Amino acid sequence: MAVIIHEDFQFIVQGITGREALNFTRECLEYGSKIIGGVTPGKGGREVYGVPVYDTVREITETQRVDGTVITVPLAFAPDAAYEAIDAGIKEIIIITEGIPRKDASAVVEYAALHGARMIGPNCLGIIVPDVCRFGSLGGPAVDCRKAFKPGVVGVMSRSGGMTTEICNALTLSGLGVSTAISIGGDPVIGSTYVDLIPLFEADEETKAVVIYAEPGGTAEAELARWTQEHKSRLPIVAFVAGRFMDEMPGMSFGHAGTVVNKKVDSPADKMRRMREAGISVAEEIGDIPNLVRERIGN
Amino acid sequence: MRFYEFEAKQLLKKHGIPLVQSEVVKTADEAKKAASKIGGPVILKAQVIAPGLTAASVKDAADPAGAKTAAAKLLELDDGGRKPNGILVEARPTGEAVYSLSFTYDGTTKLPVIAASNMAGKIDDLSDTHPERIVRRHFSALYPFSDYIAKELAKSLALGGNDLKRMTRIVSGLARLFLKYDLADLDITSLVKLGEGNFAVLDVEADLEIEARHRQRPMLDELGFAKDDLRQVREPTAFELEGARIDAEDPRGIISPIAEFDGNIGLVIGAGGGSLTLTDAVRKHGGRPANYAAIGGNPSVDKARRLTKLVLSKPGVDKIAVMSNVVSNTRADLVARGVIKGITELGFEPADKILIFRVPGAWEADAAKILQKYGVEYCDRTVSISEAARRAVEKVG
Repeated sequence: MAVIIHEDFQFIVQGITGREALNFTRECLEYGSKIIGGVTPGKGGREVYGVPVYDTVREITETQRVDGTVITVPLAFAPDAAYEAIDAGIKEIIIITEGIPRKDASAVVEYAALHGARMIGPNCLGIIVPDVCRFGSLGGPAVDCRKAFKPGVVGVMSRSGGMTTEICNALTLSGLGVSTAISIGGDPVIGSTYVDLIPLFEADEETKAVVIYAEPGGTAEAELARWTQEHKSRLPIVAFVAGRFMDEMPGMSFGHAGTVVNKKVDSPADKMRRMREAGISVAEEIGDIPNLVRERIGN
Repeated sequence: MRFYEFEAKQLLKKHGIPLVQSEVVKTADEAKKAASKIGGPVILKAQVIAPGLTAASVKDAADPAGAKTAAAKLLELDDGGRKPNGILVEARPTGEAVYSLSFTYDGTTKLPVIAASNMAGKIDDLSDTHPERIVRRHFSALYPFSDYIAKELAKSLALGGNDLKRMTRIVSGLARLFLKYDLADLDITSLVKLGEGNFAVLDVEADLEIEARHRQRPMLDELGFAKDDLRQVREPTAFELEGARIDAEDPRGIISPIAEFDGNIGLVIGAGGGSLTLTDAVRKHGGRPANYAAIGGNPSVDKARRLTKLVLSKPGVDKIAVMSNVVSNTRADLVARGVIKGITELGFEPADKILIFRVPGAWEADAAKILQKYGVEYCDRTVSISEAARRAVEKVG
């Protein structure tokens, strides 16, 4: 069992001939992922590491089962690429592209929801089920990816791609390991928030606890606190909130586009208070996460 | 990106949203003239951006002489190192009812949302003090805005008759301009119903989605925004400008954001969430960061070199910590070479200047070799961010 992706998960890469996409396509293939096609308009007929390139998504979906797509096209084309994937019937969509205005992100999420598709990101790195499948660019070269992500019992959701790897590395070193790790994206409007995804971890037998990495800005953590109070979840949650120094610097943005303290609910202090009140363990330091998880799962 | 209120009102005016009579002035004498033209009591609003100035930037005046005195005071305000960008002098009618409207994106539903109240103020504050006085209505960024959504909102504010129709027009107009101009937030903190039944917007706060600034260039040009005006909450310092220049001159890798603090530990740290975590970790262990300089996207040796020299040249900074989260694509060896080059060019020994080097990832072994040669303390992925920060702070003493 795993969350969203699995051993037979087949996906495509939109924008496969871009520099970053070439890298992660190779890394995913080396990791054992099943990439069955790529799309770059005007470059149909080529190959990328043995993966055939097409001009349109439909050329692939008409002949094969496509479970997901990784979108990493330039900013101006990202919403269009997502609409193309949704209309071709793809249900799991990862958008790596950074800098998409929230109006466009909101419109794409709404369209995806109307068509029963799920969107992760934008401004995310994707999903890893250790040693089973990698869907996106999370974790870097396959050999490094195997070092940082070992199979285990902790589900991870993070607003930062880099910190997803950092936290999974810590969980791996501690021997707890990772069930599924999801880089959910650092933008103010993202397709799937903690609350959208936590029921999937809840249903996953491998997962015994969930770790979230949070940042200033937005209501996602308050929402998770509310969800935790309203649902009798079997999963203990451990949270880490970065950017606490930003409480002293209202209006300034550091880290990601969604990372700014304008309203009370944006503030790390407010997020930590709400989550603690809901019974979520809040780690003071990133290094405390594995021990807190152990305490909570009694291991 | 925050608009000055007078700019936000220009956008509202263009789209037929009813406003009170107002004028933007630059001097106290002009404020006096504007007040006498408007007649009656006026309100003066210094046009500022820095947060925390809300109360200080607004003054009432009963007559033109009072307006002159108030304006002179307001023009002395410090707006994060800038002078106020003029003063908005406005009529201040008292109405029989007052409302507030707020447009933003709801991260939970991922949809744009309108919140409204039959009280004045910021919806964010009202939702703490008077949650029962707020009504909300989501709308769509995918489909064109339909007036009935505004009508339903007006109805839930218990409006009827002409009030309902007028409020519907205002809310629809605002929702459309919120979408059209890629606003991230639009707060009408005071919308008053005047004696004769008309409505008028008194106070507005509006923010542009920063990522949309390129496609909104025509609107920004119309308002007279300079090309490089990002509406920072304070003026960039010489250190920050130089950092931005180093970043712009070499497309390999990104240094962003760069900010100057008043501490003594120079930071060259990995970008994104890692930079937030590392800055917190240094502070947690009693360290005082001298700066924020997040590097990512695989910076070149030269970029790392120039950034190192900039940070070490900042007065009060004696040593730097070079740290990041476990990286995917940044080459630790290139960072190590750049940092060492920068330090030796300044005439120092790398081992005396680097508190700790923690850049775990694909090239960590190559970086370790270089750093060993110079006797620099290096740690790999088995040492947590917290522990690396603790060691760095301990060494500064």
